[in-house]
Parts: sequence; C-alpha cells; structure tokens
Amino acid sequence: MTTQAMTAGRAPMPGMKVYNLKLGMWIFLLSEVMFFTGLIGSYVILRFAHPEQFAEPGQVLNINLTAFNTFLLICSSVTMVKAYAAIQQGDQQGLKNWLLATIVIGASFVGVQVYEYIALAGEGFVPMADAYHAVGRHMPHDGPAIGGQLYGSTFYTMTGFHGTHVSIGVLCLCFTYWRAAKGAYTADSLGGVEIMGLYWHFVDLVWIILFTIVYLI
Amino acid sequence: MSTGEAHKPPPYMLVWFGLFALTIVEVYYATVTSIPKIWLAIGLMAMAFYKAYLVAVYYMHLKWEPKRLWLLVASPIPLIMILIFVVLNEIFVP
Repeated sequence: MTTQAMTAGRAPMPGMKVYNLKLGMWIFLLSEVMFFTGLIGSYVILRFAHPEQFAEPGQVLNINLTAFNTFLLICSSVTMVKAYAAIQQGDQQGLKNWLLATIVIGASFVGVQVYEYIALAGEGFVPMADAYHAVGRHMPHDGPAIGGQLYGSTFYTMTGFHGTHVSIGVLCLCFTYWRAAKGAYTADSLGGVEIMGLYWHFVDLVWIILFTIVYLI
Repeated sequence: MSTGEAHKPPPYMLVWFGLFALTIVEVYYATVTSIPKIWLAIGLMAMAFYKAYLVAVYYMHLKWEPKRLWLLVASPIPLIMILIFVVLNEIFVP
C-alpha cells in the first residue's frame, strides 16, 4: 500500500484489514444476500406447497431469450473487472472504455428484460392472473390453462427486484463513468471503481442463481 | 490487490469462458435431457453455485482478500441454511 493510497482513504483498517468503504459495501451486500434469500425461500416453499400453480420450465417463460440475457450480464461482469484492471495500471482511457461497455451491456440487459415482460404480459402472463390460456410457447392457445396467481406474483417479484438492482447499478455506473471522465480515479485512488465492481458482480451472482431457480428448474 | 500484495493477474477471460460454457451446459441439461426432476435440480444448482463461486472468488477478488473478510462473507450461510431447512420443514413435515 503506497502513501498516496493511504491518503486516498484506502488504508486497510485494523481488524478486518480492508478499507472502510469496501467493508461497508460487503456488509451491505450481505444484507442483500439475506433479502434475496427471503425471496427465493418464499418461491421455493410456494412452489413445493402449490405445484399446480406453477408451469414447467419453457411452458411460459422464454428460456433462450433469458439465456442470452444471462450471457449479457456475464459479459458485463468481465468488462467491469477489466475496467478495474485498467485503472490499476493507471490506464484512464481503458477505464472509461470498459466502463462504457459495462453501461451499454447492463442497459441492454434491462432492455431485454422489459421486452420479456411486455411479451409475457401480451400472452396473458401478468402478476395476478388466475391462469394463462394465452401462453403459446409449447401450448396451443386454446389449450389447458397453466399456472395460477402465485407463479406470476413470485416471478415478477423476484425478477423485478433484480431488474431494479441492475437499473440502479447502471445509474451508479454512469456516475462512476462521469467521475472517471473527470480524472477522479488513479492507480492509487481507485476505491470507487472497486466498490462499484463489487456491487455489479453481486448483481451478476444473484442473477446466476435466479436464472437457474426460476427459469430452468 | 486490495491487500496491497502483488500477485499474478487473475484469469478474467478464462473465468468468463467458464461462466459462458456452464450457462450453455445448464440450458442444454435443463431443456434437452430428460432425467428425473430431483437430479435435474441438484445438477443445475451445483452448476449455479459453482458459477457464483467463480464470480465471488475471481471477479469480486475474494481469493486475494484477508481471511477475516472470508469469515464475514460466510456469515450469512448458517442463516440461509436455517431459513431453507425451516422452510422445507414447513412443506414436508405434516
């Protein structure tokens, strides 16, 4: 740790041996773990208790579209970490380029999710619908009804909260980019980029779990 | 990294490729293969947790963090296990 880093607020604190800003972000992320665990736990208990209200994977939800969205988020994680690696080397232009790529890919993820919601709503899959006669991915439109209120409610709650986190992340990334454009970050003062990265990777991590539980199982 | 100690550059692109490949395997496993639901769920969750582990260790740099931070990060796991088992107990115990 250099003297400049010490003065830039990144001196490791006694105890946890990480600087305060990072420790605070980790504690916030742990509270987020419990938040999403509560949502996922609710989904699991409702799905086990009322299996007749939930459709099989692929019956209602478009797995291929969401797999593409998962790919987008994975790509945004690598661009974010590349931004961090760039500023570690003191590469200001690299930091801005990789941050911009992360913003574009993150916004694309949100865009695809909005498109998915619109398409699902158009097929009759809305949060409080009793049953979905209009689903058509593997079912005829006049086929038997699938699902119930619980499926729509839990699906939109979990993916909606995650989408909100991604949207907030994109806004924070824009702020980080603005600061980077002003030259606020250097190889010795990169705490803001690291903290932003921790949040963004956490959002990616949560989606990895949600994608599996909601779309594939 | 965060601890100020020098180390080899992390294999970011290799991890990205691993995440990408595992996602394809997951989708194939879930949609193409026809195996019992329980094994499907176990396999998919194992792959998902491994992907989450890769993100946490390499992209969130936990691999290079002090052990005390590892302990802090692991602290919700017992709480999660309690929540899951209480929830499952609600479902399966009459």
